[in-house]
This record gives sequence, structure tokens and C-alpha cells, in this order.
Amino acid sequence: MKSEQISIFLENRAGRLAEVTRVLSENKVNIRALSLADTSDFGILRLIVDDFEKAKTVLKDNGFTVGRTTVVAAEVADQPGGLHAILGMLSEHGVNVEYMYAFVQQSGKNAVMIFRFDRTDQAIEILQKNNIKIIPGDQLYKM
Amino acid sequence: MLYDVETETMPREDLEKLQLRRLQSLVERVYANVPFYRKKLDEKGVKPADIRSLSDVQYLPFTEKQDLRNNYPFGLFAVPRENVVRIHSSSGTTGKATVVGYTRRDVRTWASLMARSFVAAGANSADIVHNAYGYGLFTGGLGVHYGAEELGATIVPVSGGSTRRQVQLLKDFGPTVICSTPSYMQYLYEAAVDAGIDIKELPLRIGIFGAEPWTEEMRRDLENKLGITAVDIYGLSEIMGPGVAIECREAQNGLHMAEDHFLPEIIDPVTGEPLPAGSVGELVITTLTKEALPLLRYRTRDLTRLDYVPCKCGRTHVRMHRIMGRSDDMLIIRGVNVFPSQIESIILETEGTAPHYQIIVKREASLDTMEIRVEVDEKFLSHEIRGLQMLEGKIQKSIKEFLGVTAKVKLVEPKTIERSEGKAKRIIDLRNS
Repeated sequence: MKSEQISIFLENRAGRLAEVTRVLSENKVNIRALSLADTSDFGILRLIVDDFEKAKTVLKDNGFTVGRTTVVAAEVADQPGGLHAILGMLSEHGVNVEYMYAFVQQSGKNAVMIFRFDRTDQAIEILQKNNIKIIPGDQLYKM
Repeated sequence: MLYDVETETMPREDLEKLQLRRLQSLVERVYANVPFYRKKLDEKGVKPADIRSLSDVQYLPFTEKQDLRNNYPFGLFAVPRENVVRIHSSSGTTGKATVVGYTRRDVRTWASLMARSFVAAGANSADIVHNAYGYGLFTGGLGVHYGAEELGATIVPVSGGSTRRQVQLLKDFGPTVICSTPSYMQYLYEAAVDAGIDIKELPLRIGIFGAEPWTEEMRRDLENKLGITAVDIYGLSEIMGPGVAIECREAQNGLHMAEDHFLPEIIDPVTGEPLPAGSVGELVITTLTKEALPLLRYRTRDLTRLDYVPCKCGRTHVRMHRIMGRSDDMLIIRGVNVFPSQIESIILETEGTAPHYQIIVKREASLDTMEIRVEVDEKFLSHEIRGLQMLEGKIQKSIKEFLGVTAKVKLVEPKTIERSEGKAKRIIDLRNS
């Protein structure tokens, strides 16, 4: 039910982000979703890619500091209150969303969000109980 | 274990008699053979016969690095050039290079002192010594080399550089002793990790690290990561090279100076006045037995203190505290004295950072600013900005607390601070450029 996210530590230097995309592009790794959190000095780039292992290896080989994080991809109804319904059921159980970002999907009536929870397993349980569709990693990477 | 039991455990009274005899003979020799010293002694009105006790050393003139430069290359030699069998030279990183010469006997003395150092570190003739100090004009490589041969150990003369190859040799030859700068050992360790080699699994058991100031925290870090005993060694080319002083493995607490050959003093670096026993100040060394380039009261610029309390290892020779910094490395940040080693201690005590750092000092609108770049440790790298910001804040707070200065702490990507195969360059001072 979980998905693998790559986290890359980046210094805020001109061209550093372009280096990541260059390495991935040269190795034909496709980026499916991303989010960048930053301060004035450094940032952390989080990526969902079509080939996690390959991305990790080529980035490491090119001198990047790469980490692995477990996230959950859930379908959110594309209508008012869709996201709120999910956040509401989680907060009821005290599960905290550490961060979240959107997954780009070409078609389909639902939006897909990537969530990082403080208690991943409990979050999955809650979402499943409430009939929220979770997209497993192997499907997500190929979507 | 001791290499030269009689000398190393000599009662202090006898040691001091030996030192006085050698000091008297030294002053006579330089007065007779080195015009520079004859002139200096005459200016001070001191004659060789005036040296009647060890404390009379304070009436002798100082020798500074600049004096060696002014007499470049052979002007201070006390023997005819044909009696000099080897020349070494300092790197000249802080100005014009200085040249030192050795007679055949000087080279032998050096080898025996380096062998003595190996034994103090716990090595013996059955050891294989991986020597990663640079060979050439720098004294580190050849100094260690001759010492290991004198001891009868197996020396692997790797020198500096070709780090990947060095990792391979560590694996293939299984050295039991390694000699390098502590910062290069960190670099070698990383290279070994990258190559998938766990140094802890290799037979390596002793590390002899020196040629740059390092801290107790760095020692613990190296010992834990490498599974070795790490000792500090001290030497400087003007005096001889490695082997002037070394920590014993029994105490790992201060470096025994070979007092039968070197007479140490601690002075106030500003006034030049001798300081009472135990005070922190600049180390001054008089070479008691050197033939080719004897030096009176050489100002090392290294800051330390001397401890005459008997050591549990049985050696009676004085212990110098690890170098706390160099008087010329001291940064004055808005009036506060800061040594890179203090910053190193704080960084190494903070989990989540690697022992690679650089200090950048600038002047902005007539105010000094200090930025400390610290590499984040891959192991602790989080996908959370918050954790990393807390790490920055933690280091910054400790620096403010312990040193009283505000520094900007900047986390940088692992392996982005330049690695050195010799002495690490910790400070970039842009204030006067």
C-alpha cells in the first residue's frame, strides 16, 4: 500500500536542481510527482519516479545525497470537500500529515495526493476503513 | 613498552643534567659556527660560558621562522655543507619556504626518535606500517619511513594521494599501523566506505595522526569508526620532523617530548616572557643535539601547555597537551579569540554532521561575520526540513554558548568541502582581501 519517495538534499546553488533533472533525463527516469521544501540555504527535493531503484543509483553515482521515505498515495474526490474529508478522518485519530503534494494525472475523475504521515500504518488503516482508494507503489509509478 | 628504557625513564634530575650539558655545548657550537647566532648573542651580551643552569635558557635569543627565511637557504647551517646528507623544506604555505638540513647523525637521531614514537604508540617490529604522509621535501613521509625501518617494522611507503589505491592497499596488505593527518584519515575512511570496505574488519590497530591540530572528539570518532587506538604525534620541520613528541597509548593524555634532544619552554606569545609551569602559551623549543641546523629557542607558534606530572606509562619526559591552536591560526572575531579546534569540538559533539567543516570569515559593513559550513551526514539526512534546521540551530547555539560569538551555520551537501591529502584548510579569511 505504500510508495517509495526519493528525498534529495540540495544546497541552494544555481543549477543544482537542473543537475538532478539532467541526471534523471539522461538515464530516462520519468518524474511523476515532486515537491520542494526549502530554506535560504538548502532544500529537500522529494520525488516520485517511475523507476525508484534506478533513480537512486544514478543520483548517488552523481554525488547526490539521496534518502528513501515511505509515503502514501490516495485518491481524493475531485469535488468541494474531497480533501477535507480525508484530512478530517485522520485528524480525528490524531494522525499528523507531515507534508503532502499533488500527483499529476493525465485523466480520471479523482485527484491523487501524496501524503507523508507521522504514523503511516495507522493512516493506511483509517483510509481503508473509510473506503478511500490508496494507490499502491507499483501502480503509482506506472500511472 | 619502551624503546629506549634508560633514556625514557631517566630520573628528572639526571635528565636535566644531561640537558644542561647539551645546552652548554650547543651554545658553544652555534656561537663558534653560525654568524647569525654569534651576532645575536653578542647583541644580548651573552657568552656561552654564561649558561650555568637550565633556566639560563631564557637569556638566549629567540629564533623565528622569519630568521630561517632571511637566511635562505643554508645560512643557518652550523656544519660545512658537505656534511649535510639531506635537505627538507617547509611547504611555504604561509610565505617563503624554509630549508632545514640534516647530518648523517641527525638523520640517525631522527630515525631513533621516530622508532621510539612507534613503540610509544604500541607498535613493534612485527607491524606493517601504511605511511600516508607525503614523501618529498615535507618531513612527514621520510621521517616516519626511516623510523619504521629503524624499528624493524614493514613500511609501505604509500605517500599522499591516489586515495582509491590506498583503500585497496589497506585491504590487500592488511597494515596494522597507519600514519597520516587526521583529516586525511577521515577522507580515506569515506573512500573505503564508498568502496564497500569496512576498515573495522581489517587488521589495522593503531593510528598515528598529526601534522595538524585535532581534537579529542576527532580521536574518539576515528577510534570508533576504524576500531583502532589513535595517538597524536607532533613534530615540525624546523626542529626535526615527526617524532619530536608523541602520546603514549597507556595514557593517551599528552605527548611526551623527547627531552633528551629538545628543551621545551612555554612563553607568552605577546610579550615573549616565560610562563609558569602549567600555563597555556606558545611552545618554544631549543634543539639540544642537532648538528646541521641547531636552533636556539625556536618559536613554534603552536599553543599548548606542559605537564610535568609523572605519567602512568613510566616515561619521565614532559607531556605537552595536544596543540590547542596556532597563535597565527587564532581568529579574532569581533574581539573574541576563536580557535578552529574549538569549533571542531562543538561540531563533532553534534550528531548528524560529518567531521568536515570550513570556517569563512568576512567583514561586512566593518563587522566581522563568521560562517561555518558543515557537511550533513548521509546517515542522518532526513526528508524533513525541520530536522535539519534544528541541527543548524543546535550548532549555532553551542558556538554562542561556548565561544561567545555568533556564527552563521550552513549545512552543505556531503563531500562538497574540499578534501586535503595533507593538512586540512579549515579557515578562509576574506577580511583582508
